[in-house]
Order: sequence, then structure tokens, then C-alpha cells
Amino acid sequence: MAAALLDTRDLSMHFGGVKAVRNVNFTLAEGELRCLIGPNGAGKSTFFKMLTGQLEPTRGQVLFRGQDISRAHAHQIARLGIGIKTQVPSVFDGLSVRDNIWLAASRLNSKERARRLVDEMLERIGLVDAAERLVGQLAHGQRQWVELGLVLSTDPELILLDEPAAGMTHEEVLKTAALVREINRSKALIVVEHDMQFIRMIAKQVTVFNQGSVLVEDTVDNIMRNPQVRDIYLGKQAAA
Amino acid sequence: MNGRSLNILGLVLVSVTGLAFMLLTPQLAELDTVLDLTVYMIMAVLALSLALIWGFGGILCFGQSAFFGLGAYTYAIAMFNIGESTLPFLLAIILPAAFAALLGYFMFYGRISDVYLGVITLTVTLILFNSVNSTAGPEFHIGTARLGGFNGIPGIPPLNWPFNKTAAIDLEGMFYLATGSLLATYFGLRLLLASQFGRIIVGIRENERRAELLGYDPRAYKLATFTIGGALAGFAGCLFANWGNFVSPTIFGLAQSAQIIIWVIVGGRGTLIGPVIGCIGIQWLSAALGANQPSGGSDLWSKIFANAPLILGVILIAFVLLVPKGLVPTLGDIGLSLVRRRRAREQRGFEPQQAE
Amino acid sequence: MILNVQGLRTGYGRIPILNGIGFSVDEGEFIGILGHNGMGKTTLLRALMGFLPPTSGRVQFAGTDITALEPYRRARLGLGYVPQGREIFPGLSVYDNLRMGCAQQSGGQEHATIANVLEEFPRLTQLLDRPGSALSGGEQQLLAIARCLCGKPRLVLLDEPTEGIQPSIIEEIVETLQRLRARTGLTMILVEQNLDFIAALSQRILVIQKGRITQEVKPDELHDASVVGEFIGITT
Repeated sequence: MAAALLDTRDLSMHFGGVKAVRNVNFTLAEGELRCLIGPNGAGKSTFFKMLTGQLEPTRGQVLFRGQDISRAHAHQIARLGIGIKTQVPSVFDGLSVRDNIWLAASRLNSKERARRLVDEMLERIGLVDAAERLVGQLAHGQRQWVELGLVLSTDPELILLDEPAAGMTHEEVLKTAALVREINRSKALIVVEHDMQFIRMIAKQVTVFNQGSVLVEDTVDNIMRNPQVRDIYLGKQAAA
Repeated sequence: MNGRSLNILGLVLVSVTGLAFMLLTPQLAELDTVLDLTVYMIMAVLALSLALIWGFGGILCFGQSAFFGLGAYTYAIAMFNIGESTLPFLLAIILPAAFAALLGYFMFYGRISDVYLGVITLTVTLILFNSVNSTAGPEFHIGTARLGGFNGIPGIPPLNWPFNKTAAIDLEGMFYLATGSLLATYFGLRLLLASQFGRIIVGIRENERRAELLGYDPRAYKLATFTIGGALAGFAGCLFANWGNFVSPTIFGLAQSAQIIIWVIVGGRGTLIGPVIGCIGIQWLSAALGANQPSGGSDLWSKIFANAPLILGVILIAFVLLVPKGLVPTLGDIGLSLVRRRRAREQRGFEPQQAE
Repeated sequence: MILNVQGLRTGYGRIPILNGIGFSVDEGEFIGILGHNGMGKTTLLRALMGFLPPTSGRVQFAGTDITALEPYRRARLGLGYVPQGREIFPGLSVYDNLRMGCAQQSGGQEHATIANVLEEFPRLTQLLDRPGSALSGGEQQLLAIARCLCGKPRLVLLDEPTEGIQPSIIEEIVETLQRLRARTGLTMILVEQNLDFIAALSQRILVIQKGRITQEVKPDELHDASVVGEFIGITT
């Protein structure tokens, strides 16, 4: 059996009396692309926050390549190679698009190399023309691209994407799906998304969260047919 | 003209003006003017220390005067004990820096939020004020130096050339030293901010969480910034103790801490030249208003104009309400818009840009 | 005609975003607005609501020239706005959120209005005592729409209501809005990226490009991806 890249054991997060995440055992293989779906409030974002050190789990463990990172700081986890694109774009609003990407690229690279990588990344995320503009002035969808550029520039081994298609046009969704597949050639990804069309474009295996726990884990097609998932999440349209 | 060339133009302008000011003033001005200008230069170094940690590091420190005062007291006490200024000078930088590092360690690594950070730093400087203020008795001394409590420490020996006790620096020398220090601090900070370190601390100011998720430890960067700010303030304090040969607890007081913040607000956060201009401008204004006081007439208006704190308060409120970004950033905006308007006129017709 | 916009231009600071927008909306119409990111869709809604002063152009609403009116006056005239990101009051209960939507109504009226609106939102009826922050994203979106309706708007501006919302609640929103149109003759301008959603609700779809309206599309045309690409002009 291939060694797991990421492994959570009985991972739980309680806020006061609210159990946002309950005993989640989740395994991701090296190079895998997994989609995470589930109703709003099912605990997906909380789960991501624990994986990236933004929240310390109430109970349980997160193992990244066998190393326990459940009590590590966010910056340490980032250095180990987990990158995240958060649900609400978290970017440097007061800095230009170029400076944003540069901050990400310069941690691992020399000045000259970082500068070159920034130019390449601007090209890749389609923001060459907006390079000198302040990120705070960009449209919502464009800020999503900036954040994606930030994450990719730190060259992580595992990339978490929290609703990457939100606020993007149909065309951009297609472009994002293509980009996700391309990234997946060399990296592992976990993608949270509500857009089932998008999920069909990228996913093989899907994990469904409900009320803080894993409800079911299966292929996209089986998930779409699953009556329980349809009931709590997809609604009637999935029948079509 | 783009941002980069504006930047270079600004640097050249500051260098030329700064050097000309430093070299020409002692030739042209009376000695007491030179003396007044010396203290402006010293205070401008202090303003720069807060410009760094607040304007660029995003750390709202209400107690920059704590490090300033520590620098001054350290120099005074060490000078009475040692008699030769090389070590006291270094101590006056190292001790406040170490104190800032210790305080910063607890604040940043304890994840104290911004508001409490302001409260804690203010409290620290007020505690120092009260402690030092109540050391008037002869039993309070460090080595041969009496602390003097609210009376302060008079007759502090001046700086001398390193390791040469007999070559004391005179008043004119003090002016060169203060102005040179200000220029060196200014250009040093410019270099620092252009470096990777400088860009990262600005990134942390913009979005600490994101910086963290990219693998930077914000606590370490903030601590480093805070410590550098503490060292600079201590350095300014050492110069200040030299300038008047006197230091008293008011250096830790509320008025002093508030002033530093006002300089930065008026001059503009996120710039270096702004707080320098704010500092010099406000000190000059306070001096001019203060000079009115004894001869002021008895009618209401002359009483109001003789009340420096009142006028300064009005200026501060006016700035916060009308020029919230501060003098220099606002002038920069106006300048850029003039340039753009001209360019637009040259091009005629525009494409709307993207934004939503 | 309830809304008439002519030559509307505005922008942020010196950056022009809207570059002469003109269109009109009839009473009872649902208008969709589609466009690439950064083309000015959200800016258009914000300008209609009065958050951004126009540099030129005219906006007429229900026969009144509102070009220079403050946002709250526009709201009183019957313009309702559900912003992107929902902006509910997190510390207030669902019921109090709805009460906030009932500006200018007396206590008795308020109660009746809320009861009336809640008939369309059965999911919210079970949550009245919960603080807004304890609601899931989908529930918050429903609340934002319900709160807007409590002000009895004559025209609702709706900005990306499906963003980050689970499919079953998106369905619920579509059904609710369709029912409201049939029952109360609601008028709406909808900014949306979700093509199915916008097609299911709009009678006409305006395509916005570089701050101008460049096309008008019928909803059934949106099902053809190539047509969409062509209309929106982003097949690069």
C-alpha cells in the first residue's frame, strides 16, 4: 500500500458545546485529488483550518507524511508543504498583484528567480495586465485568482482549495478545472466545492461531510446517485 | 513619470536637502537656532522609530517614549559611572532594544490583539514614569548616579569621540551628529524596507494570516521590527540626554508618548519622510506658540493662541478628520492625479479598467 | 417602466468602471446581468443603490430622478438590495434581522409583514430565535433575501446569491423567487455567475462588457456553451 500523504485520526473540533467536526478519519494518498462536499455548516472549512494549523483540534491527530502536525503553527505547516486557498480570498489588499505573488515566491527562491517566477505566475493566472494594480481594487473573482497564484508560488505538496469556483464565471470555472487537473499531475489536492458540474470535471473520489462527520466516501457517480446525499445536499436536480 | 522614478526623485531630493541643511545651517544660523534645530533632528529620529513599527509594521505602540526614556536614562546613569561615552552610548541602544525584545516577546508570542498592545505599551511607559518619578531620595542610586526622581538628572556629561575622553563633542558637533544620525536612520530604514524583510513586514501588516499561511512566522517578524524600533528610540533618547545634559521622568509621560503618535499621524503612516516632516513641523509650531505666552495680551484670542496644547489638539483633530492619511501620502495622491490627468489629456479617451 | 438608466458612468477614484450604461426594467420583470469578472456587475448594483456617485448619467426609479439621492432615500422609495456576501447582522436573531428590514413600519405592521414574508421561507420559520451568525451560509442567504422583502421593495437588486451555497438551497432560492414573482409581481435585477440559476429566473439577460451593456440574450440561449462564450466574449 502506498504511504498516505495525509491522515487524520479521530479529528474533532468543538466550539463550546458545538461539535463542528467529530471523529474524522480521512486518508489521502500521495498525488491524489479528492473533492469534499457537504451542506453549508457541515464542518468542511473547520476541517481545513485544522489541517493548516489555523485551529488547534480539540481531539485527534493530523499526520502529514507520518509526522504529527496537529499542534504545529500555521507557518510551520506551510513550510512542510501544505498550501490553502481560503473560502473568502485572503490576500494582501494594500499591495499590488505583483507584490502579492512576490511575497509568496520569495520565501523559497533567490531574488532573480523569484522575479522570474512572479512573471510566469502572472501569465498563468491571467493577470499580467493588472500586475501593478492594488489587489483590494480588483473584482472578487480576480482576487480568487491572486490567491491561487499565491498558493501555487509557494510550491506546496498538498493544496487545499476552499470553493475555488465561487464568484467565477462559467468560462473561468472551466479554466479553473483545467488548472486543477494540471496541478494534480504533480501535487495532491483536496477541493471543497458546491458546484457539482465543477466537481464532475475534476474528481474521481468524493468525500461527503455532514454535521461534522464523514457521511460517505465514493466515486462521483455513486455520490450523485446516493439518495441520502441527494436528500441532505444535492436536492432534486441530481436526479437528472 | 511612474512610481519608480518618483521614488528616485524623492531620494535625491531628501539627500540634497538633508546634506545642504546639515552643512550650511551652522554657517548661517545663530547658535541658539542651531541648538533648537538639533532637538528637532533628535525627535525626528524618534518619529522614525514609530514610523517603522506602526506605519510599516502595523504595530500600534502607544509607549514609544518608554524606549526613548530608557535610552536617555541609561546613557545618563552609565555616563556618571563610567565617565567615557563609548560604552554608555552602546548601552543606551542595547538596553532599550533588549527591553523592547522582552516586552515584544510576551506580546507577540502571547498573541495579544492590537488594541491591548496599545494599552500595554502605554501602561508600560506610565509605570516607568511613576517609578522613576518616585526615586527622589538619596537612597535611589545606581552606582554613583542618583536617579533624582521628579527632579531628574542634571549635568549629564556629553558624548566624546569613541575611546577619547578628552575629545567631547561641542554644541555644533552635536548638531552635525543629530542631523547625520537622522539622515543615516532615514536611509537605513529605506534600505531595510526595500529588503525582503521590509516587504514581508508590510505583507504581515496587510494580512497576517495570509503571511502565516505562506510560511512566514509573523511573531518573529513583528518582534524583530519592534526591537529595531526600540533600539532607534533608545538611540534618540541618548542624543536627547546629550542635547540638554538633562533628563527627567516627563520623558516617559503621557504628553511625550502622545506627541510621537501625533507626528506620525500628521505626517502620514506608511511613509518615512512624512513623520519627519510632521515631527519638525509640530515642534516648530509648538515653539512658536509657546513663545507667545509670556507677552500674550489679556484678550480671549491671544489667550487661545498662547495655548499650545489647545492649538495642537485642534490640528490633530483637523488632520484625523480632513487628512486622515497624513500630509505626505495625501500630497502624493494629489501629485499622482495631476500627472495622470495630464497624461489622460495627452492621450484623449480612455478604456475603462477592470474592477467590480 | 419602473427603472430607467441612461448613460451611467462611475468608478472608484480615478479608475472608471461603468462607461455609459443604459437599460430599463418593466414592472414585474426579472433581469439577469452576466459578464466576466471585473466588467462592473457589482459596481452597477452599487451605483443603482447610490453607494457610488455617478460621474455622469441619469437614474430614474418609479418616475423619480434618483441620480443624486443617498442610499437610504432610495431604499425608502422601494429599492431593495441583497449584497454579495449577504451582510446579515450576525449578533441579532433571525427575527430581529427581519425586523431591521421593516424600516418605517409600526410595531403591528412589522409583525404582519414578517409573518407574511415568512410564509415564503418555511426554513427560516424554525430558526427565528437563532443568532444570524449561527446560521449556515445557505440559511443566511435566505435570511438576507427575506430581510430585503420585509422592506416591501418594488425592485430588488440581488448580487450573486448562489456563491458558496449548497445545491439544494440554490434550488430552494430559485423556487422561492419564482413563487414570489407569480404571487406578488416582484421585480428583480440579478447579478449571477451560475448560468443555470440565471437562466431559470431571468426573462432577459444583459451582458456587460468593459462597463457597457453589449448584448441582450434570452435565457434559453444560455444552455449552449459556445453561444455563452461568444456573447460574453471571453473565449480567448
